[in-house]
Amino acid sequence: MFSIGITSAAYIASAILFILALGGLSNQESAKRAVWYGIVGMAVAVVATVFGPGVFNIGLIIVSIAVGSFAGHYVASKVQMTEMPQLVAALHSFVGLAAVFIGLNAEIMLQAVQDMKAAGVDETIAQLTGFGEKLWHKDAVEVAILKVEVALGIFIGAVTFTGSIVAFGKLAGKVDGKPSKLPGGHMLNLGAAILSLVLLIAYANGAGIWTMVLMTIVAGFIGYHLIMGIGGADMPVVVSMLNSYSGWAAAAIGFTLGNDLLIVTGALVGSSGAILSYIMCKAMNRSFVSVILGGFGGPQGEQMAVEGEQIAIDADGVAAALNEADSVIIIPGYGMAVAQAQQSVSELVRKLRAQGKTVRFAIHPVAGRLPGHMNVLLAEAKVPYDIVMEMDEINDDFPNTDVAIVIGSNDIVNPAAQDDPNSPIAGMPVLECWKAKQVFVSKRGQGTGYSGIENPLFFKENTRMFYGDAKKSLDELLPKID
Amino acid sequence: MKIGTPKETFEGENRVAMTPASAKDLQKLGYDCMIETGAGQSAGFSDQTYIDAGVDVVKTAAALWKAADVVAKVRPPSDTEVKRLRESQTLISFFYPGQNKDLMEAANKKGATVIAMDMVPRISRAQKMDALSSMANIAGYRAVIEAGSNFGRFFTGQITAAGKVPPAKVLVVGAGVAGLAAIGTATSLGAITYAFDVRPEVAEQVESMGAQFVFLDFEEEQQDGAATGGYASVSSPEFAAAQLAKFRELAPDIDIVITTALIPGRDAPELWTKDMVEAMKPGSVIVDLAAERGGNCKLTVKDEKIVTDNGVTIIGYTDFPSRMAAQASTLYATNIRHMMSDLTPDKDGVPNQNMEDDVIRGATITDKGAITFPPPPPKVAAIAAVKREPIKELTPQEKRAREVAAFQAQTKSQVTLLAVGGALMLLIGAFAPASFMQHFIVFALACFVGFQVIWGVAHSLHTPLMAITNAISGIVILGALLQIGSGSWIVVILSLIGVLIASINIVGGFLVTRRMLAMFQKS
Repeated sequence: MFSIGITSAAYIASAILFILALGGLSNQESAKRAVWYGIVGMAVAVVATVFGPGVFNIGLIIVSIAVGSFAGHYVASKVQMTEMPQLVAALHSFVGLAAVFIGLNAEIMLQAVQDMKAAGVDETIAQLTGFGEKLWHKDAVEVAILKVEVALGIFIGAVTFTGSIVAFGKLAGKVDGKPSKLPGGHMLNLGAAILSLVLLIAYANGAGIWTMVLMTIVAGFIGYHLIMGIGGADMPVVVSMLNSYSGWAAAAIGFTLGNDLLIVTGALVGSSGAILSYIMCKAMNRSFVSVILGGFGGPQGEQMAVEGEQIAIDADGVAAALNEADSVIIIPGYGMAVAQAQQSVSELVRKLRAQGKTVRFAIHPVAGRLPGHMNVLLAEAKVPYDIVMEMDEINDDFPNTDVAIVIGSNDIVNPAAQDDPNSPIAGMPVLECWKAKQVFVSKRGQGTGYSGIENPLFFKENTRMFYGDAKKSLDELLPKID
Repeated sequence: MKIGTPKETFEGENRVAMTPASAKDLQKLGYDCMIETGAGQSAGFSDQTYIDAGVDVVKTAAALWKAADVVAKVRPPSDTEVKRLRESQTLISFFYPGQNKDLMEAANKKGATVIAMDMVPRISRAQKMDALSSMANIAGYRAVIEAGSNFGRFFTGQITAAGKVPPAKVLVVGAGVAGLAAIGTATSLGAITYAFDVRPEVAEQVESMGAQFVFLDFEEEQQDGAATGGYASVSSPEFAAAQLAKFRELAPDIDIVITTALIPGRDAPELWTKDMVEAMKPGSVIVDLAAERGGNCKLTVKDEKIVTDNGVTIIGYTDFPSRMAAQASTLYATNIRHMMSDLTPDKDGVPNQNMEDDVIRGATITDKGAITFPPPPPKVAAIAAVKREPIKELTPQEKRAREVAAFQAQTKSQVTLLAVGGALMLLIGAFAPASFMQHFIVFALACFVGFQVIWGVAHSLHTPLMAITNAISGIVILGALLQIGSGSWIVVILSLIGVLIASINIVGGFLVTRRMLAMFQKS
């Protein structure tokens, strides 16, 4: 059995390891080491806690961890890289649910400890857990603060739980991706939030555990309704936001339990998610609030009419242009993930590079359904990461590029964001692919993008539409590249 | 429906409006094609090649005009041909309705629909049927070739064993489609090429073709060509004088002059005056592509080649496209085919005269017994060339001032944040108990560290970042572990579930992160 001192030392070690794990993600090579820091940090924390003071039922713990680990291992080995957004969302929901349970437990144990204290049981006989001991020594003010912490932990946890489940459903295609709201819209959310506040105050003033159970349900409703109202393409923001919430929930639990490691880790995760959300919003030139409240704001005036026509081209035409080109930039989007076309894209790149052409990828921050989604898919297909560029790195190179290929992306290459001040996406940074000498757009049909606005790119003179499923189109193209 | 092409009746016209290749495409649109016997002969397409392409070869023009629902030809119809028009028949050809009012009225009386290929509006979408551009392109090329065959020297400069040959100097006046084609041809033959146009915005195009743009020393806001549909407009007398002075200065040096200056609906402006011709060296050549409309040089004789007293050859042919009938027919037939495919959106072989369509509306001059010329201005501006304000280059002082201002703003916002944050902390500290504050310090510092660290994460690793934060947020397992030993069975069950799902998170999150990171490879 470890003493409190050893446990604390172990916590310091794992907190530092976690920070190193996150910091190591600054580049691809150090990241491979960083993930081990994270694993070791977690192992140290769990072992130190299990064998630390005031923990009982070790047999049950081991069984439970074993079952959980097995399930986690199974899921993580099976998952396809295109299903990564769903997986991340599902894992968030677990953290939320765990936070809710721990919060409820804290309340039950608090009552038990207070009952014992009132009955005059001696502390040495009471057989307390580590947490129970802390509860025993709390005075009235500390108990009031503890109750607020419990309520916060439960609230954030429940929002994260149901929100993540809805996000999971939307990303997995099990729930319709379109934004939908119950009648009453955001007033309903506001009402629920006020109700939660009332419950919190009632609970802090001594109302029973029912307030917390009710709060779980009300917060669960907020999570569900909030995320239902947000459309598919805003999912990068939603997933980052839920990531952030899961961190704050852990931090709130840390306060409840008086456990610094939980607080540190929760704060790290919380700020990480917050920064990701910020980056995603910035990339769409929208405020966080407007994304969360769902839908695009109405256009401020008449949008520019799009002139011209979309001119289609077949695989022979694209192949001829690619065979002649010296430099090519590929812009992948969610459509590539849907069509599972990343392997074909990779093969195309391999062939073009074998001919000595410069081939690069331009990745918009919000391409796909998860921050960095495209990078992972391309990495899976063995595209070397040093030819995969960020928007800012590559945007100036389009004028010197012979061919730009847009695969399954739409709004992120929409010139209206720059040209038309009345466009709903005006001011959003976009990839300026139309400056390339020739642009090919691989697209399923003539429909508009997520934002529902016409894309003038498709009507430009140097743009040719390569209609069809991305994977089929590319597979048709491949044999024609020599 | 049937689409037919008669043999051109105009003397010396070699072009034909349908080629075997275009006929095949027209058949795909659902039309039956027919052609008068021998119509393609002078352009190099025999009757047999048409038959092979599935075209009916008709013996006489009369029979063709009678059978065809749509007649496609090159030149405006002759009087006889107009007489053959009938109601609900469509004629597609060059027509020049501005100059041929009588002809247009005659055709209208017959109740036929006439689509004038020269009236296709100049908008991006209509470029594929812009026959004037196709023909102008050929004329520009041919002008250089004609000039070359009448010019006694090489175009390109050479240093040979037999002495040095200076390169020819070519001046192209008017950088429209024909002018640009002439520039391209002349430079590729190796000549030193100069070009002039009244629209200064074409200088870039001229230079891209390899010629030098001749700038005038003249300060006047020139009208933007985009406002007049991409065509030149009349220039002010002062400008014209400056232009002539420049040409006069150039004339003695130039070996070949190709003039292509035309203003829609007017006689050709005189740009190359008699004294300039006299100033040129013997053996020089002038090709006047504006001969049809009086010529840019007053000495030009339409359809003839003359040699002046001082030995300058002036070529005034007007049939350059016809001199390259095979090429001209191919391009023209393709223009016609594009027009037909716009007229037949359903590909059912029935033309749909959609007067809402800018292109079709613009080109149609008579329809169902009504004259529809001139058309209303197209709904789209011809070439969107509204120039943006150039971005001002900042002086170093301005840059410095801006940097200082940005720095101050940043300092201000940071200090404000710190002050507000500090006040908030004080407020919490004043009321919260010490045990809470201890944890709060840890929390605040951890948030701070988190913000500092996460900004450094590479964009491409955002998904692994989410997965690993997912894994480490499984740290809530500690909470459940600390509660699991409780005496209450509810607490035990809830914390057991908590431990279980948190372990899923930990193992699943780390494993998937490793899987992803292992995929990132350097090339």
